[in-house]
Amino acid sequence: MSSSTTHTSTIGAIGAPSRRNTELALLVFAVVIPLFAYMNVGLAISGELPPGMLGYGLGLGLLAGVAHLVVRKFAPYADPLLLPLATLLNGLGLVVIWRLDQSEKLQQRPNFSEAAPNQLLYSAVGIALFVGVLLLLKDHRVLQRYTYISMVAAIGLLLLPLVPGLGMNVFGARIWIRVGGFSIQPGEFAKIVIAIFFAGYLMVKRDALALASRRFMGLYLPRGRDLGPILVVWAMSILILVFETDLGTSLLFFGMFVVMLYVATERTSWIVFGLLMSGVGAVGVASFEPHVQQRVDAWLDPFNSDVIAQNSDQIAQSLMAFGSGGTLGSGLGQGHSDLIGFAANSDFILATYGEELGLAGVMAVLLIYGLIVERGVRTALAARDPFGKLLAVGLSGAFAIQVFVVAGGVMGLIPLTGMTMPFIAYGGSSVIANWALVGILLRISDTARRPAPSPAPNPDAEMTQVVRP
Amino acid sequence: MNKPLRRIAIFCGLLVLALLIRDNWLQYVQADNLAEHEMNRRVPIERYAQPRGDIIVDGKAITGSQKVDGDDFKYKRTYKNGPMWSPVTGFASQRIGATQIESIEDRILTGNDDRLFFRRSLDMLTGKKKEGGNVVTTLNADAQKAAYNGLKGRGKGAVAAIDPSTGAILALASTPSYDPSSFAGNTNKEAETFGKLDKDRDKPMLNRALRETYPPGSTFKVVTAAAAMEHGLYTDIDDKTKSPLPWTMPDTTTPLKNEGNIPCKNATLREALRVSCNTVFGKIGSDLGKDKMLETAEKFGFNEEQFVPVRSNASVFPKEMDRPQTALSSIGQFETAATPLQMAMVTSAIANDGTLMEPYMVKELQAPNLDVIEKHSPKEMSEPMSKENAQKLQDMMQTVVNEGTGTAAKIPGVTVGGKTGTAQHGLNNSKNPYAWFISYAKTDSGSPVAVAVVVEDSDASRDDISGGGLAAPIAKDVMKAVLDSKK
Repeated sequence: MSSSTTHTSTIGAIGAPSRRNTELALLVFAVVIPLFAYMNVGLAISGELPPGMLGYGLGLGLLAGVAHLVVRKFAPYADPLLLPLATLLNGLGLVVIWRLDQSEKLQQRPNFSEAAPNQLLYSAVGIALFVGVLLLLKDHRVLQRYTYISMVAAIGLLLLPLVPGLGMNVFGARIWIRVGGFSIQPGEFAKIVIAIFFAGYLMVKRDALALASRRFMGLYLPRGRDLGPILVVWAMSILILVFETDLGTSLLFFGMFVVMLYVATERTSWIVFGLLMSGVGAVGVASFEPHVQQRVDAWLDPFNSDVIAQNSDQIAQSLMAFGSGGTLGSGLGQGHSDLIGFAANSDFILATYGEELGLAGVMAVLLIYGLIVERGVRTALAARDPFGKLLAVGLSGAFAIQVFVVAGGVMGLIPLTGMTMPFIAYGGSSVIANWALVGILLRISDTARRPAPSPAPNPDAEMTQVVRP
Repeated sequence: MNKPLRRIAIFCGLLVLALLIRDNWLQYVQADNLAEHEMNRRVPIERYAQPRGDIIVDGKAITGSQKVDGDDFKYKRTYKNGPMWSPVTGFASQRIGATQIESIEDRILTGNDDRLFFRRSLDMLTGKKKEGGNVVTTLNADAQKAAYNGLKGRGKGAVAAIDPSTGAILALASTPSYDPSSFAGNTNKEAETFGKLDKDRDKPMLNRALRETYPPGSTFKVVTAAAAMEHGLYTDIDDKTKSPLPWTMPDTTTPLKNEGNIPCKNATLREALRVSCNTVFGKIGSDLGKDKMLETAEKFGFNEEQFVPVRSNASVFPKEMDRPQTALSSIGQFETAATPLQMAMVTSAIANDGTLMEPYMVKELQAPNLDVIEKHSPKEMSEPMSKENAQKLQDMMQTVVNEGTGTAAKIPGVTVGGKTGTAQHGLNNSKNPYAWFISYAKTDSGSPVAVAVVVEDSDASRDDISGGGLAAPIAKDVMKAVLDSKK
């Protein structure tokens, strides 16, 4: 490893170094940087080192260490960047959530409870799930067997919030369910399950969808019956939008499907169709769904007093937080992003980064997300089987869309949707699901870069050859 | 499948790029607008996060800060003798916002000014708390006290006093007034207090010295006299003017009336000013024409907002008038209107031998350690008349005080020049007239003070209201206070 001069790449798998030491070195940074941030917040707020410093450092170090050892042992050729990047975001997220816990203004809100300890617990569970994925999922192609079970599971998960007594309506969106004392966002888990379904389904159907088409005005138009699946997914997205009034999840699933469809069939026409359909869907729903209409109004004119009276001033507060941060930010613990009030530490947490770490900090965070996505797409490129490619690109595409939709929403680039920034926002479902997502990506990249001879032919892959119409 | 994958990679890159561009737009291009947005609560939070710097008069702070228990705001503003100083300070209220000096010099008072950047960074490194700087004003505490106390006994009114040689504002009083301490905090009770003051029909929060324009009445005749001499209509103040009595305004059959039976027929300028002849000055305005009158009036500062640095309303000398209207405007009637500050400026220009100095009330801005970070240097604003003519006009105004309508302003051993004014207002002059008095004092070393006083709506009966009776004693007290403090 030390003598190696090749750059870190998941392509060119044969003879590739495992890069585990690179990962370890990066992980040290990923633990030390949040630790410094934690120290910084404590000094800024109370003038002394936070009492939980040692515990937090050890805890985060331990989690990262366990994750690293498991990767070293069970996925030695996995991508070396994903784990440190996710750890860094998770660690910084914990610090910023803890920082918002210290805000007197948020403490005075009804139902306030400290979020950081919970988030630390969720992170531990998330990393446990990550470890579980790597331990139990020896080969990602196993997931292919569960294509249709995944579909059922995904639909079940998405419908859960609508079940009376289980689902909760929080500020107009029905995307949570309450089990025991915990509120869960099933959509976060559905994201992964549905990617498995799409990957399995498209792998089987890709040839039919790609080849059987008519050419019209330079575009390959699919046959009517092949339009079926995209119509079904489209309808599902619209239903989510209408019944759960959740623009984000709706956009996420449809976007993910279009991306995977495009990759599977290599037909640009699907993109055109996808864009058209999401345009029609969005405009259609926005014109009669008051919740969505309000979001659009708030996006167009966040400082308008009528809009604020109708909705809330969250977007305006968020924009002012970003603006007040300026280039370098006010410094951790020294901003006033608690003015955002509700959801300051979840959907709007990026505004705190904007105010306290400034343009520089937010750009760094966005680039870390960009890196995670690009490592995911590289994994897809390197994967040798179509299922792995589709799953990897589906998961990374969903991740990218989610980041875009949330960050774009809080920065006023697009209408706001109720989703959380992966890893940095408070919320158990989000952290746990995203750790599982990273686990799956690591598994795929490990398989892709493993220098062993090509894995045994997959029975399901053979099937596709046979079923070709 | 790799080609679409590469395209997806580019697409994801574009999504991130869009976010980066948007972020730069927000946090770089739009940053200042958003940071100082009127809805941005960080501005008041910041303003009250530490004791605010003070506003200083004669080396003593007239403001203070007090620690309060609140969710956002740590300190609230206090004022010493708030009603007296409120026309100078304005207010800084946690709930309502800040006005006047409190608002204009906010960045110094909070310590956020760019010129304090180095210091602030140093403090940050040494762990010192941020401090606000001070605003040192030009005001004279004794003069202000004389002005405020004088007005307080007489109902509504305002006083502006200026040092003619520099333009430094020495007194700025307005009654009825309000105590800015009474709503400096963030409680509902204080908000109510503010609401009451705001709706009060007597308008206690109106800064009459700067923001209210009154018909100047006869005090405007000094401007007309200046115009007559500057434009060469009359050169010798003791030559008889061509002024018939009665005098019918041009293009009309209406004679212009004088107040009572006074010797105005072909009166000299000195005499006409002494007894305040409407006919003489009306005819001068009419003879000069509106353009020449306007030229002189604007040189004195009419038709222009003044920033001292608090904004003062523009005084008005009408631009479009026919000949009888010109005559009326020239005796301070028709649409002519002036702020007390404006009339103080007119007086100061005459007292300063024809040179009008730019009025100002902030002498210097101090860093928290009292280092001076900005010092105002007196600036010449205009030259409404020659030194020679100014001295002639001084001569005339001194006659007014010595043996005319302004004898109430006499100060033993000091040369005082002045002019009374009684301006009518209300439909058919049904309301009590405004009583004006403008004056300056002069010693061997020049004139240290020019003052304008207006008293409105006095409870006294109509006959008693004249600049000489009501306003002149206040002007005298203010001048005396300034003269005494120079000793």
